[in-house]
Amino acid sequence: MQRRTNILARLDWATVILWLAMMIMGWLNIYAAVFNEQHTSIFDMSQRYGKQLIFIIAALVLAVLIMVTDNKLYFFFAWFFYGILIFLLVLVLVLGKEINGAKAWFEFGPFSIQPSEFAKFATGLALASYLNSHRQSSDFRVMAPATAIIMAPVVLIALQPDMGSVITYFAFFIVLFREGMSIHVFISAVLAVTLFLLTLLLGNIPVALGLVTVAGVALLITSGFLLTLKALAVMILAGGISFVAGRYMLGIDMAGIIVMAVFIAGLGYVWFLYRLKLKMPAVIYVYLLGGILYLFTVDYAFHHILQPHQQTRINIVLGREQDPFGKGYNLNQSLISIGSGGFTGKGYLNGTQTKFKFVPEQSTDFIFCTVGEEWGFIGSMVVIGLFVWLLLRLLILAERQRTTFVRTYGYSVLAIFLVHFFINIGMTIGVMPVIGIPLPFFSYGGSSLWGFTILLFVFLRLDAGRTEYLG
Amino acid sequence: MKDRYANRKYIIMALVLAASLVLVVRLFHVQIVDKTYRVSAANNALRPVTQYPARGLIYDRNGKLIVYNQAAYDLLVIPVQTSAFDTARFNEILGITMDDFRERMKDAVDYSRRAPSVFLKMISSETYALLQEELYRFPGFYVQARTLRKYTQPVASHLLGYVGEVDNKLIARDRYYRAGDYIGVSGIEKTYEEQLRGTKGVNIFLVDVHNNIKGSYADGRYDTTAVPGTNLWSTIDLDLQVYGENLMKNKSGSIVAIEPSTGEILALVTSPTYNPSLLVGRVRSGNFSRLQSDTLKPLFDRALMASYPPGSTFKIMNGLIGLQEKVIRPTSRFECHMGYHAGSITVRCHSHDSPLDLRQAVAQSCNAWFCNAFRNILENREYGSVQDAFDRWREYLVSFGFGNKLGIDLPNELSGLIPTRSYYDRYYGKDRWKALTVISLAIGQGEIGATPLQMANMAATIANRGSFFIPHVVKKIGNDGAPSAMYTQRYTTGISPENFEPVIEGMEEAVNGGSGSTARGARLDSIVICGKTGTAQNPHGKDHSIFVAFAPKDNPQIAIAVYVENAGFGSTFAAPIASLMIEKYLTGTVKRKYLEDYVHRVIMTQDAEED
Repeated sequence: MQRRTNILARLDWATVILWLAMMIMGWLNIYAAVFNEQHTSIFDMSQRYGKQLIFIIAALVLAVLIMVTDNKLYFFFAWFFYGILIFLLVLVLVLGKEINGAKAWFEFGPFSIQPSEFAKFATGLALASYLNSHRQSSDFRVMAPATAIIMAPVVLIALQPDMGSVITYFAFFIVLFREGMSIHVFISAVLAVTLFLLTLLLGNIPVALGLVTVAGVALLITSGFLLTLKALAVMILAGGISFVAGRYMLGIDMAGIIVMAVFIAGLGYVWFLYRLKLKMPAVIYVYLLGGILYLFTVDYAFHHILQPHQQTRINIVLGREQDPFGKGYNLNQSLISIGSGGFTGKGYLNGTQTKFKFVPEQSTDFIFCTVGEEWGFIGSMVVIGLFVWLLLRLLILAERQRTTFVRTYGYSVLAIFLVHFFINIGMTIGVMPVIGIPLPFFSYGGSSLWGFTILLFVFLRLDAGRTEYLG
Repeated sequence: MKDRYANRKYIIMALVLAASLVLVVRLFHVQIVDKTYRVSAANNALRPVTQYPARGLIYDRNGKLIVYNQAAYDLLVIPVQTSAFDTARFNEILGITMDDFRERMKDAVDYSRRAPSVFLKMISSETYALLQEELYRFPGFYVQARTLRKYTQPVASHLLGYVGEVDNKLIARDRYYRAGDYIGVSGIEKTYEEQLRGTKGVNIFLVDVHNNIKGSYADGRYDTTAVPGTNLWSTIDLDLQVYGENLMKNKSGSIVAIEPSTGEILALVTSPTYNPSLLVGRVRSGNFSRLQSDTLKPLFDRALMASYPPGSTFKIMNGLIGLQEKVIRPTSRFECHMGYHAGSITVRCHSHDSPLDLRQAVAQSCNAWFCNAFRNILENREYGSVQDAFDRWREYLVSFGFGNKLGIDLPNELSGLIPTRSYYDRYYGKDRWKALTVISLAIGQGEIGATPLQMANMAATIANRGSFFIPHVVKKIGNDGAPSAMYTQRYTTGISPENFEPVIEGMEEAVNGGSGSTARGARLDSIVICGKTGTAQNPHGKDHSIFVAFAPKDNPQIAIAVYVENAGFGSTFAAPIASLMIEKYLTGTVKRKYLEDYVHRVIMTQDAEED
């Protein structure tokens, strides 16, 4: 009896109120998005807004159920949940129903369930359990199994194939970062994505020159002016020798000589600084060489290995080719509806773009269009404010945990919400490519709403029991 | 446990704030700074109007137009853009009932409320004119121009093929096609679909709530112009085709005429046939099922798909192979006593002089002569066994294009049948058959089948003295195009040119010789025709009459194969028809009206209903 009241008292009500507010705002916007003159009641069960209400009520029940469970359950059964969800992800590939070209759904009569929405919660638990039992370390032997825990569901979901969900799983690497994964992994990843996009957009030569310039400036900053001068002398010497050797002794052609000379000159430069116990220049140099190799590979692969239709698909995502009734159409319509909202919006149920259904998928992936059009910039700021508040609140809750298990799980929740929030809103305003993933608690759909609710409330339950001894 | 990386929480916090800031800045720009989206929203009813290109025209070899296009209109509707209107007047213009209207509207809504769907297909120009004036009263409806095929002559329907609507399977497979698009379903329309179809264009218009076009969306940035299809020049001689179809009226069968020096098909006749206009536009599906259930099978393309035993025309092949294998000589003589007798086997022959040499044997079509020749081929000591010799014999036939698809640029070609060694092994046991077992092959009967196209190709190959080009029906794609490379390559057979001369002399005598010659009905005073008659045994009724020929003997201009089903001997109908075709093609007119009358008078089938 004592424990029950404790839980209510320790429940983080701020988060619960944010959660309720988001669900209700989402519901109202779904009503506007699929508004149908013949079914004006928001409680009409034949319409999406009616169904969403059922989903919300079920989510409330789900939240209460989670709160009355023992928090040790999630600790001891983390691997059990993970095993079940992995099994379901395999099963859905066999028994699943194909919707929009992906075998991602189980169908039970009128309802469909998407296991990948629940697998995030299980993956978060398994990851937390694993990291809890290992010392914090950037060691490969610790991080490699952790990466495997993340990649198992990713591979299965990629087979469906549901690329939107796959991308959201990379959020878990934020958790690994918090628990010690090397920062170079992230720099490499960011560099890989950036160079990939820049190479395809600008061509390999300008990007290579840009990379050399950035690396040069970085070397100058990290090694100081005088040292740089000395190092430059070594570099010119090394480059000069290799140039002469290449030209008169090895007989390589001019372009080859220049590349070789620059490469050896750089090596000389880094070697000189490394002897002075300056490791940073060496690291930068490795990035530079790796980066240049990578971008030429990307360029070659794109132009010589990919088929023309695959190139077209990438070009459309990059905005280099127009497809007014495909992805380009969605983005354009989405921008028109959000942009036409202006500062104050057109008012609830008055959005012309929303009413005439110009934006496809407006109740699911493009729900933010309704917010933008009918509630304007003010409404957009309120939604973004709610999310920032939620994310920072989760960060504070995670940091106040005493166990690695709960902290790590908390970061998983935060990371998943962050990625969904940024990609979903980002794609409606052209910051991100169009990737079909829902906006947590706003988008229409039971699976995603319940998946996010479980994710959040398991954390709130663990947080409420944080003073109890776990494990 | 010690938290070594506690400071990393600040980096993650910074990440959250940076991500949010990016969104806020972008939203500020989109919603407050940039006003263009507000203007776009005012006129945001987008209407994509597909610009359908006209299909390419098809000409004959002399530049005469065969296929062209006529205008037609589709009425489209975008359900979300409609609002209350005078449905009675609307239905009156279109000539539809209220129930019909409701059903069509429901179909459109079921398909999509936002995307356009076809409300009424192919309305006439007159209805269109009427509708156009009042279209402003019917918001959400608009008209899209289409083209339909039209034919200068009601001929060559199998050759040209027809155009139909794409099915859902293809739409899923090929990005180019959308529901309601047309595609070549058979004939040239199918083979050359990619050249004929052109490229669709699309104009995207902004439309206000009153159904008025407000202008081009995004200054036409997303518009594309339609590119008309490429015109084709067929190898067909339209006059000859028309003439051939007339000759074949009321008969079942086929005529294939080829220009030997190029492999270009001059006429490709199959009978009974149908008027190509029957399979155009709204009437297509109804007519198609009627044609399909017709017992005369007018949809069956006999020229490419009917495999008949070649009968006596095949003796030419055995003569050529025998000469090449040196098992007979032009001067070889074989006795014939009303047939070929060996053991229990008898192949009967008609009454003629005996013994004959090769030339006379071809001219008089002596069965015994060719049974002897065929036996010599298979019992040739140079090969280890009858079976090995048989393999060799088959190789020669394959080199003429028998037993395989020739590769004509039309769909649905059949390969015919030349039996293999294993075919007989299965029947009689491995190597347990002899020359006499398969003796009927000597005279082109038994387990053997060739299409009229293959027989015409044989005639062309003989005319060329041993080589041929793959027969084809399109000689030029586009104004300065050429046919595909596979049609300009010369294929040679295993028979040397000099071995053709005695056989060709026999074919000359068959047409131009004295009594006993089998094809005198094909004789033409002004031109030397070389030909060979044949009779295909028909288990279902009267035998089929066959004639293959080429002319003139030197520098041949035309090679031809004629099949007339259930007409008996080759000399009776096939030969005169071939002769008339040759006269028509080489002289431009036909002087022998009596022969035409003779051919026209005969009715071998029930009168095929012609529209």
